[in-house]
Amino acid sequence: MKILILGAGQVGSTVAESLVGEANDITVVDTDGEKLRELQDRLDLRTLKGNAAHPSILEQAGIADTDILLAVTQSDEVNMVACKLAASLYNTPTRIARIRATDYLERRELFNSDNFCVDFSICPEQILTEYIVKLIEFPEALQVLKFAAGRVSLVAVRAVEGGPLVGRPLRYLRTDMPQIDTRVAAIFRKDRSTDMNGDTVVEAGDEVFFIAATEHIRTVMKELRRMDKPSRRVMIVGGGNIGRRLAKTLERSYQVKLIEHNKKACASLAAELTNTLVLNGDGTDEKLMLQENVGEVDVFCALTNDDENNIMSALLAKQGGARKVIALINRSAYVGLVQGGKIDIAISPAQVTIGSLLAYVRQGDVAAVHSLRRGAAEALELVAHGDRQSSKVVGRRIDEIESPKGATIGAIVRGEQVIIAHHDTLIEAEDHIIVFVNDKRKVREVEKLFQVSLGFF
Amino acid sequence: MRRALTVIHALGLMLVMFSITYLLPVVASLVYDDGTLIDFLLAMVWTAGIGLLLWLLTRRYKGELSIRHGYLLVVAMWTAMPAVATLPLLLMLPGLSFTDAYFETMSGITTTGATVLTGLDSLQPAINVWRHELQWLGGMGIIVLAVAVLPLLGIGGRQLFKAETPGPMKDAALTPRIADTARNLWAVYLSVTLACIGVLKWAGMNWLDAICHAFAALSLGGFSTHDSSVGYFNSPLIEVVLIVFMLIAAINFASHFLAWRGKSLRVYLHDAEAIATLILILGSCIGIGVFLWWQGVYPVFWTALRHASFNLVSMATDCGFASVDFNQWPMFAPMWMLFLSCIAVSSGSTGGGIKMIRTLVLVKQAGREFVKLLHPAAVNPMKIGGHVIANNIVFAVLGFIFLYFMSVAILTFVLLITGLDFISAFSAIIACINNAGPGLGVVGPAGNYAGLTGFQTWVCTFAMLIGRLEIFTVLILFTPHFWRR
Repeated sequence: MKILILGAGQVGSTVAESLVGEANDITVVDTDGEKLRELQDRLDLRTLKGNAAHPSILEQAGIADTDILLAVTQSDEVNMVACKLAASLYNTPTRIARIRATDYLERRELFNSDNFCVDFSICPEQILTEYIVKLIEFPEALQVLKFAAGRVSLVAVRAVEGGPLVGRPLRYLRTDMPQIDTRVAAIFRKDRSTDMNGDTVVEAGDEVFFIAATEHIRTVMKELRRMDKPSRRVMIVGGGNIGRRLAKTLERSYQVKLIEHNKKACASLAAELTNTLVLNGDGTDEKLMLQENVGEVDVFCALTNDDENNIMSALLAKQGGARKVIALINRSAYVGLVQGGKIDIAISPAQVTIGSLLAYVRQGDVAAVHSLRRGAAEALELVAHGDRQSSKVVGRRIDEIESPKGATIGAIVRGEQVIIAHHDTLIEAEDHIIVFVNDKRKVREVEKLFQVSLGFF
Repeated sequence: MRRALTVIHALGLMLVMFSITYLLPVVASLVYDDGTLIDFLLAMVWTAGIGLLLWLLTRRYKGELSIRHGYLLVVAMWTAMPAVATLPLLLMLPGLSFTDAYFETMSGITTTGATVLTGLDSLQPAINVWRHELQWLGGMGIIVLAVAVLPLLGIGGRQLFKAETPGPMKDAALTPRIADTARNLWAVYLSVTLACIGVLKWAGMNWLDAICHAFAALSLGGFSTHDSSVGYFNSPLIEVVLIVFMLIAAINFASHFLAWRGKSLRVYLHDAEAIATLILILGSCIGIGVFLWWQGVYPVFWTALRHASFNLVSMATDCGFASVDFNQWPMFAPMWMLFLSCIAVSSGSTGGGIKMIRTLVLVKQAGREFVKLLHPAAVNPMKIGGHVIANNIVFAVLGFIFLYFMSVAILTFVLLITGLDFISAFSAIIACINNAGPGLGVVGPAGNYAGLTGFQTWVCTFAMLIGRLEIFTVLILFTPHFWRR
């Protein structure tokens, strides 16, 4: 597939990196030559320096035969204009734009084919904010991912001594909670996926991925660990786009403190937020943290755009007694380094947000993609089409499907109904199927499985 | 000096226009045939003549009015107009001194409602119309002054909402030009007044009483055509009608205008000041009602509530009607009413005193100090109704409050020196500086200001003036900086 990416910022380069491995032709346009050179040195793609909203630049970048346009520059306006140009001048089939300003997002009609022709708009900050909100809502979870408009969730949780299931085989999940249906999609032990069946014993320290209807998450987690009391006090360091949105979302139901070092930013944050205590200071200032009672904090989020600062302030907070600390870390090398150590959760913004982009780029009908375990694994929501003849999945029981090793069908959403997959569940056309793939290289095979073949006559 | 002459030139023109307002009492004297026609026509001609003379004499000094002229002109208007307005009173009420006549007209134009006249019931109808029209004009003047003019001079609660406020509640959302804003505000004021006249007539007043009381209610003036004020009618219905219109007048007219233009009541939900005003006043009504009932002043709870509500709303909104002699109530109730008269009304209304917006600023400032002690690093801007109030405005408000209390203290001391008792002196100054009207003691609802000596009357007149013009506007003329070129 030919993909044109406008903007070589964090989102642009992560998407490029992720797609380049999947045999796509990728061109990246940016005004910053330095960034482009760095990208070209690392990846097998074409780059072009110039203004992404100029037709001449788009033409040079080969927009005429591009399949997908990804406009992810810093500026909403450039992204919107680029989509408009692509639609009116070059008939580009799929146009995706990053739009941040809620002013635009609130007027959806701006994006239709009469106006800016944006097929899909994504807002990484919003996705990231929702992701963190889930982690605060379920402080025991490492990751909470939504599928099928939030009806089904995939949850990663670390098994801890004290959970009823820890030290016992998986099949007891059924007998412990006969009224609740759930499916364990994968268990990672010492960072490696383990083969599992009903007899697999859950050990303390395992990272367990399970799929369940969203309202059952809490009950299932109880099986795997002792539950903490719900979070009430949240401290956020960094009042950038994410910190601001997070505070705004949380301030009604939680007691939020927000630390920001820039005085002017503080003033504008304090003006916008009604229930948040805005503090001017450094996120790595242990005196400030003690003064603001970091020891009583339930969730501490370090969300500045500086990785080292985030790590340091998260470590300080943990040492100061914060119950759970979350750090935003852009460099993927650092993410692996710190997660699971003193820092409870390291979030890589690119990994969190890339899924929403990948869903549009993937072949077959993919409704959602979530990147897991720092991009090594993936969870997909695929839509099954066709019939028993044309499709390899429709009309078959789950144990009849020849799914690649490491891919687990976790749940099926049929209309409003959530069905947790068992070996004898029958798949129907138009079902949304949630598949957990523990190795990203197998994703292509899974997609193939769901494609409707033409050779049925 | 040149500056003063430019202002006098403008003032002359104002007086000529002011003479037109004599038409209403002229009509009244024709209708009621009370023999005052000649005197009013005479006063009208005199006023126009004085104005024309000033205008012609100073026409060489015609010039653009700057902000400094603004202070001077506003004060000149509020002192000269009551002066010429005394003409009909002096002509028709022999034996009335200029001091008392000036007090009466100043009380009218500043919408105070304190009176030195007795035997109001037997006064010629045209004179009563004239007194009430003065209040109504004073209310009209103060609305425009407070909403459109004073903010330009940097005074008055409303400048709080000037620069920093994006959102539905700001002055800029009215209209871009002062003249347009003024016209629109007057249209609202006039329509509400007409509605009030209609409803009062329906509630049982005759036309004269309905017109006069509507004028006094909407301007929160509080003059009445009867010595026993609204108590004369002894009608719960009339009291309820007046309560509603007094509360309307106690809310910022800019909000009324926005609500009227947008045909939506949601505007009031965004007006934090209006909400605070209403909650405070209505809550106090119930509280005082229960208090009076519990104290046994009125054995029936509903009677207690009725009298508490009417008199409390009247005092808290700085109107000054009375239906009973609340001076006789246990001390807590009238003191609380005086206290509310200092703080309760919204800015941009026709009421006086500190205004609710400044009260809110002070309350929030106190809260900020607590937060600052607990969280030294906190960035905690002052917000009212979701809008940030800049620190320099907080200082301006603190400065105002200081001047306000100093004025109250000093003027009270002056009255004490002259030998007045403390309750009367203190309540008279509070009632005058807030433009409320009746105080306690000898100036209470059962008595009036006629018992004061000439000097005491002038002190109260001055209190009314500075209270009406938000203190700064008047006192700035006494600073040497103002007169420096």
